[in-house]
Amino acid sequence: MIQIKNLKKIYQTKKQKVQAVDDVSLTINQGEIFGVIGYSGAGKSTFIRLINRLEEPTSGSIEIHEKEITKMSANELRLKRQKIGMIFQHFNLLWSRTVYDNIAFPLEIAGVAKSEIKEKVMELIHLVGLSGKENNYPSQLSGGQKQRVGIARALANDPEVLLCDEATSALDPETTDDILDLLVSINQKLNLTIILITHEMHVIQKICHRVAVMENGKVVEEGDVLDVFVRPQSKTTKRFVQQLNPLEHQQDKLAEFINDRDDSEVIKLHFIGKNTKRALISEIAKKFDVEVNILQGSISPTQEGSYGTLFIELNGANDVLTKTIEYMKQAGVEVEVLKHA
Amino acid sequence: MLSEWFPNVIPEDLWIATQETMYMTVVSVIGTLILGVMLGLLLFLTDRGSLWENRAVYGVTAIIVNVFRAIPFIILILLLFPFTDFLIGTIRGWKAALPALIAGTAPFYARLVEIAFKEVDKGVIEAAKSMGAKAHTIIFKVLLPESMPALISGLTVTAIALIGYTAMAGVIGAGGLGNAAYLQGFQRNNFDVVVACTIIIIIIVFIFQFIGDLIAKAIDKR
Repeated sequence: MIQIKNLKKIYQTKKQKVQAVDDVSLTINQGEIFGVIGYSGAGKSTFIRLINRLEEPTSGSIEIHEKEITKMSANELRLKRQKIGMIFQHFNLLWSRTVYDNIAFPLEIAGVAKSEIKEKVMELIHLVGLSGKENNYPSQLSGGQKQRVGIARALANDPEVLLCDEATSALDPETTDDILDLLVSINQKLNLTIILITHEMHVIQKICHRVAVMENGKVVEEGDVLDVFVRPQSKTTKRFVQQLNPLEHQQDKLAEFINDRDDSEVIKLHFIGKNTKRALISEIAKKFDVEVNILQGSISPTQEGSYGTLFIELNGANDVLTKTIEYMKQAGVEVEVLKHA
Repeated sequence: MLSEWFPNVIPEDLWIATQETMYMTVVSVIGTLILGVMLGLLLFLTDRGSLWENRAVYGVTAIIVNVFRAIPFIILILLLFPFTDFLIGTIRGWKAALPALIAGTAPFYARLVEIAFKEVDKGVIEAAKSMGAKAHTIIFKVLLPESMPALISGLTVTAIALIGYTAMAGVIGAGGLGNAAYLQGFQRNNFDVVVACTIIIIIIVFIFQFIGDLIAKAIDKR
């Protein structure tokens, strides 16, 4: 478990103080993938560097497995860092070393014996899917392959936590998905805690269990990915969620379906988790005397289950409509009646 | 044909002079490499925001480097005469030229080394820190290997400047091709000797450049 309390980082320039990270407190559980999302300048990059003290915190504390990072001496910190893996947006591989030697580097730093290094490196090369590439130089690899080397290198000393600094931001969408799949499989295989920062909601949706949204150095929203997706609270979060759900943009196109008549309602349904697989629409069509007109819908998978959005128009007598809506609510589906403009 | 075009050249003397120039150059290049890398490293590491940030050390080193680079080489040799006499025991011969040669070129190379280190990707140094590397690991396993092509091409440039300095040192008693061109050529009005010495020096320069380029290219895996 990682516990971050009242973490602050203030940059003092000649003219002004900049609060890069402003009183952030978070608890990250063992084995979870925790995402921090924010626009550039939100302080997320500084935040992740504070965790392994590549940037010194101004105040606050960080505990990893009950050991307080913020109180460690330079030497203790150095040894602890060997157990904190980190991968970077621009990979940061040594161009002068082969794939094999890049992955061996953290093991050399930790003083591991040569024979053990060989065994471990070959195992890691296999794990990240780079068998046969061990003697290539980074310049001979694609972006995705370079990040695989970065991941293998970060895992070399069996870390307690993996920090990902915009790890997929320099990759194309397809390669991004491959790398994210790899991170999920590592998370499951090794039960490794992963903290990642990103500006892409897609990354959060695809692999994170919990998410924190950062803005101006502060965490403005935090929670299970599914909850944050379905019920975004802050304006920033809503904007991020919209990135993924194009339907949200098109709500005004539905306006023409919304009218003042009593026998018609336009309804937005949120299906969460196992409810996404339910045949709710045909259920209500059979059970109640209503006509259902499906306007549009979509479904998005997340680590904690899927969530779907569906816009429908219901036609029927007023009291029947009320009953139908009540029934759908009882079924555990979120129902939102879109009001007439 | 040789005696036709260069009637006053004595091949044995020229060979000895060439050897002296080569000795002076090779030994000074090695001395410059060691001293220059040490000074360059010190400049890089004590600079603002670097691993061993230390304004006083950086300031003093920078001043020493700048002062030595500012002194014209011919005057530097004269200035260093007492030191040379103390260190080598003589102020004549190719060995006596070494202190001045190294003192003249090491500061120049130190600046090139500092630039080479600054060109190393900051992200790679950060990555090494994030793995818990010690300072000496970062120096020997990151900084030096990652800047090696620039260090080599910088050394090639320095070595060629150094060959020029050996000729200057030769004129005031260090031997070598500069000495031969001046004493046996210029002073005795044997212009063919001056030309012969020039050709040999050009060949030596070309060889150094060729070897330097070859090594820099071979180790650059970017």
